[in-house]
Amino acid sequence: MGKVIQMGEYFRRGFLEPSGKQPALFDWIFSTDHKRIGLLYLYSICTFFAVGATIGLLIRLELIAPGRTIVGPQIYNALFTLHGVIMIFLFIIPGVPAAFGNFLLPLQIGARDVAFPRLNLLSWWLYIFGAIMALSALFGGGGAPDTGWTFYLPFAGETTTNVSLAVFGVFVLGFSSILTGLNFITTIHRMRAPGMTWSRLPLFIWSLYATAWVQVLATPILAITLVLILSERVLGLGLFDAARGGDPLMYQHLFWIYSHPAVYIMVLPPMGVVSEIIPVFARRPIFGYWFVAASSIAIAAAGSLVWGHHMFVSGMSDTAVLVFSLLTFIVAIPSAVKVFNWVATLYGGSIRLDAPMLFALTFVLLFSIGGLTGLILGSAATNVHVHDTHFVVGHFHYTMFGGGGFAFFAALHYWFPKFFGRMYNNRRATWAWGTMVIGFNLLYFSMMVVGMHGMPRRYYDYLPQFTHLNQIATIGSWILALGMALMAVNLLIALRRGQHVGANPWEAATLEWTVASPPPPENFEELPQVSHGPYDLKRAGEA
Amino acid sequence: MNPSAQHQDAEGARLGMWLFLFSELLMFGGLFVVFAVYLQRYPAQFADAGRQLSLFFGTGNTVLLLTSSLTVALAFEALRQNRQRLCQGLLGFTILAAGLFLVNKGLEWHAKFQHDLYPGSQTLRQAPAGQELFFGLYYLTTGLHGLHVIFGGVILSWVLVQVRQGRIIATRPTMLENGALYWHLVDVIWIFIFPLYYLLL
Ligand code: HEM
Repeated sequence: MGKVIQMGEYFRRGFLEPSGKQPALFDWIFSTDHKRIGLLYLYSICTFFAVGATIGLLIRLELIAPGRTIVGPQIYNALFTLHGVIMIFLFIIPGVPAAFGNFLLPLQIGARDVAFPRLNLLSWWLYIFGAIMALSALFGGGGAPDTGWTFYLPFAGETTTNVSLAVFGVFVLGFSSILTGLNFITTIHRMRAPGMTWSRLPLFIWSLYATAWVQVLATPILAITLVLILSERVLGLGLFDAARGGDPLMYQHLFWIYSHPAVYIMVLPPMGVVSEIIPVFARRPIFGYWFVAASSIAIAAAGSLVWGHHMFVSGMSDTAVLVFSLLTFIVAIPSAVKVFNWVATLYGGSIRLDAPMLFALTFVLLFSIGGLTGLILGSAATNVHVHDTHFVVGHFHYTMFGGGGFAFFAALHYWFPKFFGRMYNNRRATWAWGTMVIGFNLLYFSMMVVGMHGMPRRYYDYLPQFTHLNQIATIGSWILALGMALMAVNLLIALRRGQHVGANPWEAATLEWTVASPPPPENFEELPQVSHGPYDLKRAGEA
Repeated sequence: MNPSAQHQDAEGARLGMWLFLFSELLMFGGLFVVFAVYLQRYPAQFADAGRQLSLFFGTGNTVLLLTSSLTVALAFEALRQNRQRLCQGLLGFTILAAGLFLVNKGLEWHAKFQHDLYPGSQTLRQAPAGQELFFGLYYLTTGLHGLHVIFGGVILSWVLVQVRQGRIIATRPTMLENGALYWHLVDVIWIFIFPLYYLLL
C-alpha cells in the first residue's frame, strides 16, 4: 500500500523528485535538466528582482520631498546605478528567456532537453558569478559605483568608486547570455520533434529564436565595450579621452550598439508570452500567425539600427540624428502589427479573465503607452525638450516594467501549474493584479508628467514646484509594492498548498500541456509526432 | 533515440561552434570599428605610428599562423583517413606554432617598451595626437588576440590528449573539427590585424 502511494507521489512530483543520491541542493545546482536550470534561473531572478525593487522603493522614498530625505547625493547615485544594473542585467534581460525559455523551449518543440545541456548549466553558473561580482562592487573599497547603469566614459574611467568590479561582473553576465543564445538557436534548428515544422512553432519559440540571434550578435559588442572601459581604468589607454585625441562619443556609440538591441532581448520574449496566452484565454487561434512571427524577426533586425536615438543631444551630426529618428519610427511598425494582431485575436472570442490573461492584457495596454511615448522621444525635436528628464524614466518603466515585467508575471501565472503541478488562488491573484495596475500607473504616469514639466533624472533633489507629483509617485510605489507582495505571498502559498492540477488546466494546445504537471524528468516518454498547429484549440491536449 | 545519442548530434555541435565564432568575430569587430573611425580622423599620424611596428615580427607571425592553420586542417584530414600518428604529429606542430607565435609577440612587445612606445609613455605623450591612440588600440587588439592564441593552444592540446586516448576517432571527429575551426578563427582575425596595423602606409 505504502509503495503505491509512493508511486503516485513520484508521478505527481515529476522532475521535482529528488534523486536521493546526493544532498538535494546538489541535485539542483549540478543538474543539466533544462527544467531544473529554468527554475534555478527563476528563483535567482526573482530574488534579484526583490532586491532591485527594494532599492527602487528607497529611491522613491528619497524623492518624496525636495532636499535630502533619507540619503545624500553620493548614495543616491549609487542607488540608481545599482537599481539599473540589477534590473537590466539580472532581472529583465535573463527574465523571460533564461527562466521560462529554458523550461519551455524543449517542451514546446517536443525535445528531451536543449542541444547543449552542460553548456546550459555553465550559463547559469556564469550568471550567478557575474551577479555576485556586480553586487559585491557595493561593498568593496572605493564605494558603490555611481555612474548610472550606462557606465558612460570618461566619467566611468575616472571615478574612484568600484566600477571595475561591476563592469567585469556584467562582462561575465554577457558571456552567460551569449551561451544561452547559441544553445537556443541550435536547439530550435536541430531538435524539433517530427512534425514540428517552422509553421507549427509556437510564437513564444519564434520570439526566443529572434532574441537568441540578438543575444549572439549584439552581446559581443557589449563585451568589447566593457573591455574598453576596463582598459581605460586599469591600463589608462586614453582611447576615449578628448585631451589625448580620443572621442567620448565613440563610447556612447559602442554602448548603445549593444544596449539598444538589448531592449529587444527584454521585450521580444515577453511579446511571445502574450502571444501564447491571448489565444488560449480568448479561445481563438492567433490572428495572423505569420505576421506575429515575422514581426519578431523584423523588430530584431530593425532594432539593431536605431541605437543613435539615445544620443540625439550628445553632439552627433544632424544627418545622423535625422536617420536614426526615421529608423526609430520604422521599429514602431512591427510592434504595432503585434498589438493589432492581439486585439484582432480577442475580437469575437469567448474571453476568460483569469490571472494570466489579466496580466497579458495589461502588458498590451502598458506596452502601448510605453511605445507611444517612445515616439515622442524618437522624434528629434521633442526629444531635445524631454531628454534626461523623468519623462524618459517613466517611458522606459512603461516598456520594461509595464511590458517586460508584467509579461513575466503573466508567464508566472500561466505556467505555474505546469511547473509545480499546483494552482494558486485566482481571486487573490486578481486582487494583486488590480493593486499593481493602480500603483504602477500612479507611480510612472506622475513621473512622466513631472518630467514633461522639466524635472531631470538622476538627482536626489528637485525644485519645490515638483513636490506634489513626486508625492503621488511615491505613494504609487507603495501601492505597487503592496500588490507585488500580495502576488508573491499568493504564489508561495500555492507552492505548498495549492490544489493539484492535471496536465492541461487551461486547455491549451501547445505541447508542454500534453505531458504531466510537473513534467517527468525526460519530458516525453516517446518523442511526440506533431500533427497540428500550436493554436488549434479544438485539439488541445493531443500532440 | 535516447538523449545521450541526441547529445552527440555532430551537425548541432558544428552549428553551435559557428555561432560562437560569429560572436567572437563581432567582438573583434567592435575594435576594428574604433580603429576605422580613428584612422579616418588621424590618417597621417596612424601611418607614422604604423611604420614603427616591426614588419619582421609581423610577417614572421603571419607565416607561423598560416602554416599552423594548414597543419590543423591536415590533422583533421589525417584523422578521417585513420592515420593516427600523422594526425598527432600535425596537431603537435600546430601547438608548437602557437607557442612560437606568443614568444614572437612577447619579444615584439618587449622591443616596443624598450623604445618607450606604450600609452602614457614620455615619447607618445609628446607625439602628435593620434599616435597614442594607435598604440593603445595596437596593444589592446593584439593582446586580446594573444589571449585567443593561448585559448586555442589549450583547446588543441586538450584535443591532442583526446586523440591519443582514442576518444576522438575517424567516426567521431567533431571535437577536433571544432577545435580546428576555432584555430582558423584565430588565424582569420590575425589576417585582418596584420594589414591594418603593419601595412598601413
Ligand atoms: C518597485 C519598482 C520600481 C521602482 C519604485 C522604480 C523606481 C525608479 C526610479 C524613481 C528611477 C529614477 C531614478 C532617477 O533617475 O533619479 C528608476 C530608474 C531606473 N529603473 Fe526603476 N523602478 C522600479 C522597477 C524597475 C524595473 C522592473 C526595471 C527594469 C525592468 C527598472 C529599471 C530602471 C532603470 C534602468 C533605471 C535607470 C537607472 C539609471 O539612471 O542609471 N526599474 N527606477
